[in-house]
Amino acid sequence: MIFNRRNFLKAMSAATATGALYGCAGATKANGHVVIVGGGFGGATAAKYLRMWSNGGVQVTLIERNAQFISCPISNLVVSGDKTLADITIGYEGLKKWGVRVIQDEVTGIDASKRTIRLAQGGEMSYDRLVLSPGIDFMFETLPGLNNADAQSKILHAWKAGSQTVALRKQLEDMKDGGTYAITIPKAPYRCPPGPYERASLIAGYFKAKKPKSKVLILDANEDVVSKKGLFMKAWADLYPGTLEYRPNSELRDVDAANHTAILEFDKVKVDVLNVVPPQRAGNIAAQSGLKLINNRWVDIDWLSMASTNTPGIHVLGDAIFPAATMPKSGHMANQHAKLATAAILNLLAGDAPNPAPLLMNTCYSFVDSRNAIHVASVHSYDAEKKTMLPVQGAGGVSVIRNELEAKSAMGWAKNIWADMLT
Amino acid sequence: MKLRQLFTALCLAATAATAQAEDPNLARNLAATCANCHGTNGKSVDGSGMEALAGTTKEKLLQKIRDFKSGDKPATIMHQIVKGYTDEQMALITTYFAAQK
Ligand code: HEC
Repeated sequence: MIFNRRNFLKAMSAATATGALYGCAGATKANGHVVIVGGGFGGATAAKYLRMWSNGGVQVTLIERNAQFISCPISNLVVSGDKTLADITIGYEGLKKWGVRVIQDEVTGIDASKRTIRLAQGGEMSYDRLVLSPGIDFMFETLPGLNNADAQSKILHAWKAGSQTVALRKQLEDMKDGGTYAITIPKAPYRCPPGPYERASLIAGYFKAKKPKSKVLILDANEDVVSKKGLFMKAWADLYPGTLEYRPNSELRDVDAANHTAILEFDKVKVDVLNVVPPQRAGNIAAQSGLKLINNRWVDIDWLSMASTNTPGIHVLGDAIFPAATMPKSGHMANQHAKLATAAILNLLAGDAPNPAPLLMNTCYSFVDSRNAIHVASVHSYDAEKKTMLPVQGAGGVSVIRNELEAKSAMGWAKNIWADMLT
Repeated sequence: MKLRQLFTALCLAATAATAQAEDPNLARNLAATCANCHGTNGKSVDGSGMEALAGTTKEKLLQKIRDFKSGDKPATIMHQIVKGYTDEQMALITTYFAAQK
């Protein structure tokens, strides 16, 4: 809502008449029912902040298929044996204390015109605003040999933290010394750009300590290291010469699951433990509900509110969206999307326009061994003319070199962001 | 315009220094971008190693931020983060954190 001076003055004189009726205490008085689908970094943050910022005025229902939250960030330290699954698992009790109704179920359909959702365990639920934070789903159809449950139980992604994280750890423990572990990386964009390089580094560290004849091979579909390139390359040269090998331009075409073989365009690579990070798109509920997609994969959103550009009443957060320039698919970013969306939803429910000048910031910490970490940081502000988020020039950057201080910061970041979303 | 909408807008106009369309919750929204590391409302998790910002005076916070910007205060990351915010934004953020109990 934009005021010019004249109707501002007119409105001010009206205020003296109505001022006794309404208080000026909270600038907005939002109420209504917001349903959130997905209790990860985006959805859980939105659930808490909607309750907190509305002083309990907005009803919030969170629908999440898992009983507990398991963090993808820090999960590579479970793969390397430095942490356990319990260290990265947190319940939803904290959100319940905020008055969030947490339902363990799956959403099977959305009727955007009636503003209702359908639940797998039966029944419909109506909403005033719907928030989708479904993360990613994998495009297994692009890898025929991996497009069945049996193959997927042998060749793991471990790109959603949980049972696969533990299973990959087990495969590494069971591997004989002298074996090779390979990770395949899809073309960007994918969830957590530095994540595959972090995992490869940590596994190389584990091998160096416990299975020194073993090797790590990175088969990257991209033409170069996608994130923190200089820092990763230096760590590999310093820490893992002869152990870790990096191959760019090595897109996975198919998988021979029975033989642990990665099929590339001109090559077949047989290894002992094959870890495939498959190509990805927005989580099914976002990708299959008629929301406008970009590249047939990611949801197109309005950066002032995270609202779908073609379906009223639906906001989308996190990895499922088509990102603005240089914006990674990260848990940190999803948390920030959630706060932007929360502020906008509360304004909209109160009949106000969203904040016209939103700002987001991102940080991704990565471990290169169990004691040293590196970071990349960026700040993104809304450009009203281009109607998108642009990186703030001169801000952000990467670590000078891997260091122990930032390994502590990485854990400090994890503890604070987990609390920021869940307690 | 509905009465409530009108009144909300009036509260907005009355509290903002300028009558322009600045969101009345801008300080809150901006401060929330720091919470990922410094905790919700600047209250960091005990033992996390991240400094709490809640309840620190605005002057103290702004001095530290200036020192990060100039490089006088050694940092692993804050010197890069503070450069993403204008002085006006940092004034709002520090006012917000100083007011947190
Ligand atoms: C990615 C994590 C991260 C985010 C996000 C972050 N900080 Fe920090 N902050 C740190 C770290 C780490 C330090 C310690 C200095 C360093 O190594 O950069 C710190 C230190 C500080 C200090 C100095 C504390 C003291 O008493 O010495 C202030 C003030 C501060 N941050 C303010 C902010 C503000 C304001 C924001 C949001 C605009 C913010 N920080 C966002 C990680 C973060």
